[in-house]
Amino acid sequence: MLPQARPLPNPDSRLSSAAKIKLSMATTASVPPEILAKYEAVIGLEVHVQLLTATKAFCGCANQFGAPPNTNVCPVCLGLPGALPVLNEKAVEYATLASLALNCQVRDRSIFARKNYFYPDLPKGYQISQYDKPLAEHGWIEVPTPAGTKRIGITRLHMEEDAGKSLHDGFPDSATRTYVDLNRCGTPLIEIVSEPDIRTPDEAYEYLTRLKEILLFTGVSDCNMEEGSLRCDANVSVRLRGAEKFGTKAEVKNVNSFRFIRAALEYEIERQIEIIESGGRVVQESRLWNANEGRTYSMRSKEQAHDYRYFPEPDLPPLVLTARLKEEVVKLMPELPEARRKRMIAEYEITEQDAQTLTATRSLADQFESAARAAKNPKRVANLVQSELTSRLKARCLELEQSPITMKGIAFAADLAEEGKLSSKQLKQLFDSAFESGEDFPAVYEREKPQQITDPAAIEKMIDEVIAANPKQVEQYRGGKKTVAAFFVGQVMKLSKGQANPALLNELVTKKLDG
Amino acid sequence: MSVSLEDVRHVAELANLELTADEEGRMLRDLNAILEHVAQMNELDTSSVEPMAQVSQVIGEGQTETVLRSDETRPSLDRARVMATAPDTDGTFFKVPKVIER
Repeated sequence: MLPQARPLPNPDSRLSSAAKIKLSMATTASVPPEILAKYEAVIGLEVHVQLLTATKAFCGCANQFGAPPNTNVCPVCLGLPGALPVLNEKAVEYATLASLALNCQVRDRSIFARKNYFYPDLPKGYQISQYDKPLAEHGWIEVPTPAGTKRIGITRLHMEEDAGKSLHDGFPDSATRTYVDLNRCGTPLIEIVSEPDIRTPDEAYEYLTRLKEILLFTGVSDCNMEEGSLRCDANVSVRLRGAEKFGTKAEVKNVNSFRFIRAALEYEIERQIEIIESGGRVVQESRLWNANEGRTYSMRSKEQAHDYRYFPEPDLPPLVLTARLKEEVVKLMPELPEARRKRMIAEYEITEQDAQTLTATRSLADQFESAARAAKNPKRVANLVQSELTSRLKARCLELEQSPITMKGIAFAADLAEEGKLSSKQLKQLFDSAFESGEDFPAVYEREKPQQITDPAAIEKMIDEVIAANPKQVEQYRGGKKTVAAFFVGQVMKLSKGQANPALLNELVTKKLDG
Repeated sequence: MSVSLEDVRHVAELANLELTADEEGRMLRDLNAILEHVAQMNELDTSSVEPMAQVSQVIGEGQTETVLRSDETRPSLDRARVMATAPDTDGTFFKVPKVIER
């Protein structure tokens, strides 16, 4: 008689979660600050990232989000008997590229292993992963903290495959059935495990932000959290400040934004401190973050669930990185965000904050640089982005990449301003028009061609008018307070409805006042 | 090293197996016989031998390049054919008994 199979609880959480949930503050609000201050948190993060390959990790099925359910499947990713995996070369390249970008030491020979557990979205009954010989180890990322730059260690980066997707709700028989879509099954992943070097929720947030930025620059993933291409679990424990030994940790899962991770960690740290302060003991367990309620819940998974009985994958040979492949990867390495910001600050004389905004994505930085190199004054291009563009984007909830005005358009505007062909008021109006019509700056400028008064006599006439109306300020100026000139420039600009040529106006005001 | 009946039950649970009392007893005997055999081999000093995850490591010595697949899409299976073998389906999804954990 054959032994009978029966379902076991899922040791891994890959639960669907609503993509957009309002952020609620996550505090238990019962632990006084002086008690919280006695403790320190120890946090480690595990990040799973889907690689942007055309095909899956071990078969030729398309690696594509949003395809009709169960259409990107084949005998290999369905786990049909006799099907054999063959590793995707691009996935190896990307995983190696990410490893190098994260300052890891890459192993010449790494080993794939089977991680065994039962769940309906894992048809083989095991996940192909890496265990004791991962692709890369001993990396680090630098993150900004209030006390200066801090280096967060990366324990390891290994390759593995994703599982399929279980749908628990939304079908007529959802009360008794779970629906399974295996399109995602076999998608290439890298798992990046940090050292327990992180001490605060803010540091965790910064680590994730920097990690995502680096991965985006390398182009190995789109890091889209809503589509699940980047997922994060956090291990957190607390201990009295100065204590050597780590406390008992809990694992927080199901968190789908960096802000939620920060909130979940804040909640979890307070929860653990509260338990210890009241004489209790923290239980090692997995906890699910509920963003609606702003708290974590125990998953009550069984202890044995973590016994994955890893063993070397007999169907895959060791992954040997040849010199040729490594050379290919090194060629793909872009200038990374931190280095790029440093160079841009020096090259264009922009501020740290400018550089931060302009390197939000690699493509944005590319666009800025090509526009700035062609512009008369790169600093002015950066200034316009900060002063005119970001506020308008924020007001409309747009990302920099969705801006109607391109970097080229901004450089065009900056040049006009540099040449004194546009007053700042006219510039603002044109920016407004561009946002209203959704057109780029040059198009709006050509259409509206704001009139400019460039006739010196006309400007002089207005200056005379303002001088006559403001004798007190004239006196101040002539008494040596030269800065009052700006007042006259402003008044004349107002009188001209923003149309006076700024360069000419400046010159004439000084001349008139001095004369 | 030997295993107890408790170990057998634990491993059976991990492997998703329900064993009868008779099967448990047989499994215990078999596993301990295997472990005894391995214990014998363990008497050899292998400290100077590099661990081997795969025989191909030995066979392929000298020709180390791993065979990789180029990242080109190949046709997937037709869904109707896939679902024809599914125990339960609505034609689009695999259906399984409710996964309780939520």
